[in-house]
Amino acid sequence: MYEGAVQDLIDELGRLPGVGPKSAQRIAFHLLAADPADVKRLVTALTEVKDKVRFCRICGNVTEQDECRVCRDPRRDLTAICVVEESKDVVAIEKTREFRGRYHVLGGAISPIEGIGPDDLRVRELMTRLADGTVEELILATDPNLEGEATAAYLARLVKPMGLRVTRLASGLPVGGDLEYADEVTLGRAFEGRRQVDV
Amino acid sequence: MHVSALSLTDFRSWAQLDVELTPGPTALVGSNGQGKTNIVEALLYVATLGSHRVSVDAPLVRQGAERAIVRARVERDERTTLVELELNPGKANRARINRGAVPRAREVLGLLRTVLFAPEDLTLVRGDPSARRTFLDDLLVARVPRLAGVRSDYERVLKQRNALLKTAFLAKRSGGGDMRTLDVWDAHLAKTGSELLAARLGLVDDLQPLVEVAYREVSKGQGDVALGYRSSLGEGMPQSQDREVLAAALLSELARVRQNEVERGVSLVGPHRDELVLTLGSMPVKGYASHGESWSVALALRLGSYELLKSDGGEPVLVLDDVFAELDTGRRERLASLVQGAEQVLVTAAVPGDVPEQLMGGRYDVHDGAVVRVR
Ligand SMILES: Nc1ncnc2c1ncn2[C@@H]1O[C@H](COP(=O)(O)OP(=O)(O)OP(=O)(O)O)[C@@H](O)[C@H]1O
Ligand SMILES: [Mg+2]
Ligand SMILES: [Zn+2]
Repeated sequence: MYEGAVQDLIDELGRLPGVGPKSAQRIAFHLLAADPADVKRLVTALTEVKDKVRFCRICGNVTEQDECRVCRDPRRDLTAICVVEESKDVVAIEKTREFRGRYHVLGGAISPIEGIGPDDLRVRELMTRLADGTVEELILATDPNLEGEATAAYLARLVKPMGLRVTRLASGLPVGGDLEYADEVTLGRAFEGRRQVDV
Repeated sequence: MHVSALSLTDFRSWAQLDVELTPGPTALVGSNGQGKTNIVEALLYVATLGSHRVSVDAPLVRQGAERAIVRARVERDERTTLVELELNPGKANRARINRGAVPRAREVLGLLRTVLFAPEDLTLVRGDPSARRTFLDDLLVARVPRLAGVRSDYERVLKQRNALLKTAFLAKRSGGGDMRTLDVWDAHLAKTGSELLAARLGLVDDLQPLVEVAYREVSKGQGDVALGYRSSLGEGMPQSQDREVLAAALLSELARVRQNEVERGVSLVGPHRDELVLTLGSMPVKGYASHGESWSVALALRLGSYELLKSDGGEPVLVLDDVFAELDTGRRERLASLVQGAEQVLVTAAVPGDVPEQLMGGRYDVHDGAVVRVR
């Protein structure tokens, strides 16, 4: 245990994902020794991210405006929506340049262990977007692990009565992993080879 | 196959240990608490990525250390493979094969095969059904490493489904409940559960004749042991071992018991509720067999496992941890002569007198944090 402010910083850093007590301590002492201007820049970045960044009104992706860059782009195809768990998955799929439609960011996956059910995800918003009949294809690009599969299967059943083409990324993605860890080529290929989901 | 070198860093009581091993029988002798079991536990960890004594990795790391490293050099069909594992409790383990990093530790499964005999084996026949399920599943994974993924997926599905049933159960009492996703988990359970079930059924069929023979040998022909598989599907259990058929049976049984599951908040159908039934003559082993008979059945299950793995190609390393002290003279002699011809047998004992003469090949004394070859 350290005194006051140092320990507070270590505790706060330790609450970040992937940062253990040892790393928290290392980062804290790195910051203590760092140039005040560098620390200031980090502080500004942290404050701005909270002040400026919001979630896109349409798709739930992170943005600094009302709508995200993808939703603002008039060249995007309005007949296809790709459903992902997190904004970082949008970035991963954009890199492949395989997809020209819009996204829908759920904000996670169904996981009863963590108390996450459909109502905790942006499922109702998705249903609203699908209601007017513009969308013809729904691509379920949730993570290739159990929770991602469960979420995709749930959505496929839910939208079945709407008669859209519902597809899932082709296998070949590392099973059990996160979408964001797949390399561009693999992800691009999985996109191209997406298959109709039958329920 | 055999292990020609084992090296431990901060594993259990060993800060650093390097031993060279030879094929044939080898005894590790030392008084209680010197770290003999810790050594063979490390070997088993390389084979199974788990410990037979604890279900989490933290106790395997030496007190005060952050991580443990186990290295084993495995010789098989003139090929040498160096397997290195870094145990990071609470985080993903790292693995290297022949000095090359592999993406997931699971890739090392199958490189080393072991069959362990331990004093705890008596609970295999006398303990809860879960001990026998674990026995089957461990053997499945030793045979087909890919099934490690199926096994862990099934466990995860079960956890998710139970969590959902539990919240439904709690919400029901307050009048709500979100069961919309239960169908999805049912489908997952049927898919992974049927794969596990089919694999277990095939395993029991293959194991039965080998265990039967082994039992006759260790018990000197007293009665016949039989293995049976009792599924939670009960009457609904198909004759077929086809995965699709089993999956359909699981789904329909899940539908039938759904009300009951929601009321109780637990999953009532699936391989996690199944039982490997052991019988001796016309009576179940559990609750009927004598102490000696129970030991014979336990030994027969291990010997049968050894024969099975050997017949698949890839003879496993036999590890006999402190078992001879548990056995009467007759069983001791017969077990010793049954295993003495194996490619490699590691025996641990607290006193040299507990190691049968046939298995006194190489001998190491384990004492005061050192392992010294004495013959
Ligand atoms: N994580 C750990 N860190 C340090 N020491 C440990 C750790 N885990 C176990 N030990 C020590 O290892 C010793 C037990 O070793 P082990 O079980 O291998 O003994 P053994 O030689 O097989 O004895 P026995 O003949 O009684 O079976 C104990 O003294 C225990 O305190
Ligand atoms: Mg021991
Ligand atoms: Zn958007």
